[in-house]
Amino acid sequence: MDKTVISPKTRNRKFLHKLEMRNVDVHACYQCGRCSAGCPIGDYFDMSVMQAVRLAAYGQEEKLLQSDIIWLCAACETCATRCPNNIDIPGLMDVLRELAVRKGVPADQQRVPAFHKSFLGSIRRWGRAWEVGLIAGYKLRSKDYLGDMGLGMQMLLKGKLKLSPHAIKGKTEIKDIFSGKGKEYDR
Amino acid sequence: MKLSYYPGCSLEGTALDYDHSVREVCLTLDIELIDIPDWNCCGASSAHMTDHEVGMRLPIRNLLLARELGHNILVPCAACFQRLKAADRALRADPLRWDVQEYAPDYEIIHITRFLAGEDILQTIHSAITRSLDDLPLACYYGCLSLRNPHITGAPNWEMPDTLERIVTALGARPVDWSHRTECCSGSLTMARPDITEKLVGDIAVAARRAGAQALVTDCPMCQANVESRQVCKIEGEVCLPVFFATELIVAAISGHYPESQQKTHLISPEILRGTLAENATVKEESL
Ligand code: SF4
Ligand code: SF4
Repeated sequence: MDKTVISPKTRNRKFLHKLEMRNVDVHACYQCGRCSAGCPIGDYFDMSVMQAVRLAAYGQEEKLLQSDIIWLCAACETCATRCPNNIDIPGLMDVLRELAVRKGVPADQQRVPAFHKSFLGSIRRWGRAWEVGLIAGYKLRSKDYLGDMGLGMQMLLKGKLKLSPHAIKGKTEIKDIFSGKGKEYDR
Repeated sequence: MKLSYYPGCSLEGTALDYDHSVREVCLTLDIELIDIPDWNCCGASSAHMTDHEVGMRLPIRNLLLARELGHNILVPCAACFQRLKAADRALRADPLRWDVQEYAPDYEIIHITRFLAGEDILQTIHSAITRSLDDLPLACYYGCLSLRNPHITGAPNWEMPDTLERIVTALGARPVDWSHRTECCSGSLTMARPDITEKLVGDIAVAARRAGAQALVTDCPMCQANVESRQVCKIEGEVCLPVFFATELIVAAISGHYPESQQKTHLISPEILRGTLAENATVKEESL
């Protein structure tokens, strides 16, 4: 973070506008640090939560999209719950992740988006999340073939994994949701 | 009493036994559960984290189905509960934004633990138990999503909840005072970054053990699976702590049995509960 140059020239107004539309008031932050203090994953981030909020207020989208904070944040809501200014920090992370996906910014933590993609793939296909299918999808996407093999077998033997998916009747409605129906007005 | 029921995907898979225990408890309480017909996945963390529209529209479809039934909606999964509540709030504020003509149902979305910890229901449970859990020291573990963010969940005591404690007390167990009741176990990272999850789960288990607990009790299917599967006991002689569902304990205390099929669902040996039930054949006459 030491070589970070922040200049009005790099302020992304569209990003700031998007945050405003989603009621994420990053400008209300007075850098008290409560968000960072309570974050359970903070030790693993490459910047602190309060730094991320300040960078967002400066409109520094590009820096944030490249940070691993957006993929390691677990959306536990501890920060937002404790923020004296009620800033929706997990909402900020949601916006950033969505932008990173839409813009195709490669993630350092590639396994995390691979997991989300597999999870959503399962819902898109069946209407419900089917664990066996999404684990298989995740393995292929993340190339993490061997991780958790033992655990998977144990779960299987204990009958904790459903062997075949259940497809809901309203599958077309789910397809419409994923194809962006209702989103036509560019949100 | 009739309630609409939204089990959610976990309760069809890794937490199938949770679903069974919820249904059994409701049967005992004379509550009729009506499954929301053709419900879909609420999207969990993955949807709202990467696609806001999908993250809202998935739970909205469920709410519109539940509106047809009209009853209050009972939700056992913390993540589903939070997503349904978030969608309900957004929909009430601006239904047209979500292509719904109008939306003002008078149902409530209820999380299982707050429901079971209600005074009357707790009394009924207390009088129905045939085996007391005889002072079994338990660490009540809430995790995140049934509590936070309180703007969405409506949880009255999000930093100091006591609903699980009230339930296990009614069963005769002894809730311990401990530090990590509402800490995150990082369930959404468990596959992609098991190293982080192991650390967080480890801290939770250490804290529970330090307080003298012999098991954890939760209401969140992700927490249950995660804290059992990612707990590593490195020190010699250290025992891993099993994680029970609150409803699993209720069923055990009411029936007085802890069947083998239920014991088998645990990744960590639940011997402590079996032992407690076996040793303690009589209910102690105690007031709540
Ligand atoms: S808790 Fe809120 S006000 Fe304090 S530093 Fe974090 S975002 Fe800023
Ligand atoms: S929501 Fe994300 S940033 Fe906030 S405390 Fe939780 S993990 Fe940290």
